[in-house]
Amino acid sequence: MAVHEQFEVSIPSTAEAGQALLERIAGKIETLESFSPHDAFGIRLALDEAIVNAIKHGNGFSPDKTVRVKCLIEDQLLRVEIEDQGPGFCLEDVPDPTEEENLERPCGRGIMLMRSFMSNIEYSPTGNRVLLEKRPGVRMQ
Amino acid sequence: MSTGQRRLDIEEIGGVTVARFVDKKILDETNIQNIGNQLFALVDEDGRKKIVLDFSIVEYLSSAALGKLITMDKKVKAAKAKLRLCAIRPEIYEVFEITRLNKIFDIKSTQEEALDGM
Repeated sequence: MAVHEQFEVSIPSTAEAGQALLERIAGKIETLESFSPHDAFGIRLALDEAIVNAIKHGNGFSPDKTVRVKCLIEDQLLRVEIEDQGPGFCLEDVPDPTEEENLERPCGRGIMLMRSFMSNIEYSPTGNRVLLEKRPGVRMQ
Repeated sequence: MSTGQRRLDIEEIGGVTVARFVDKKILDETNIQNIGNQLFALVDEDGRKKIVLDFSIVEYLSSAALGKLITMDKKVKAAKAKLRLCAIRPEIYEVFEITRLNKIFDIKSTQEEALDGM
């Protein structure tokens, strides 16, 4: 299996660093024929949500905290692990944004979009590390 | 108070305010804050009553941006104004469908359709 890119990096908790990381991964995916434009769209969207969650909700933009990212890009697989230094969260505490009573809440849709566009999402028990995987054409929900 | 670089092109067409996004990717946190401020100012400061948001240039939209649109919708309803969204690309529309926000917003295919009967 051809490995197109593999790296491990720690980035500061800034929006700019997050966007640069997003561009590095999503930009590479967009050059690969094995991932369709629709796959690439979903990957950019899902990764943005995960990176923003780590920087904003996890680390609270703290200059003392970093986000650690492991990335593997193969022809038929993208695997990204994102770990922040925040307190974590409990997945069950996030309300379902599609429930009638939550429809007008302005937040809580990021995890849903990640699940919808990626092939697999796993949170660590502590909630401060997330693994995202995408195989061409495969969606979790 | 709207601050930062202008992220919306505003045009008046037949008594309706048409706001066109200028960014292809509405992902960046600062950008989204600016967009939110400029959107809210249309209602809170300018008191506009009929607003169409044109998405024709938008290729990506994050959940934080969706949050701003929901807040905008609430402000519009509170001000007894009208809001329509239009020219949303199929991939972006899918995001609205997944999150069921297509049930909240009045979404039209084209700007002409959105202006019609506003």
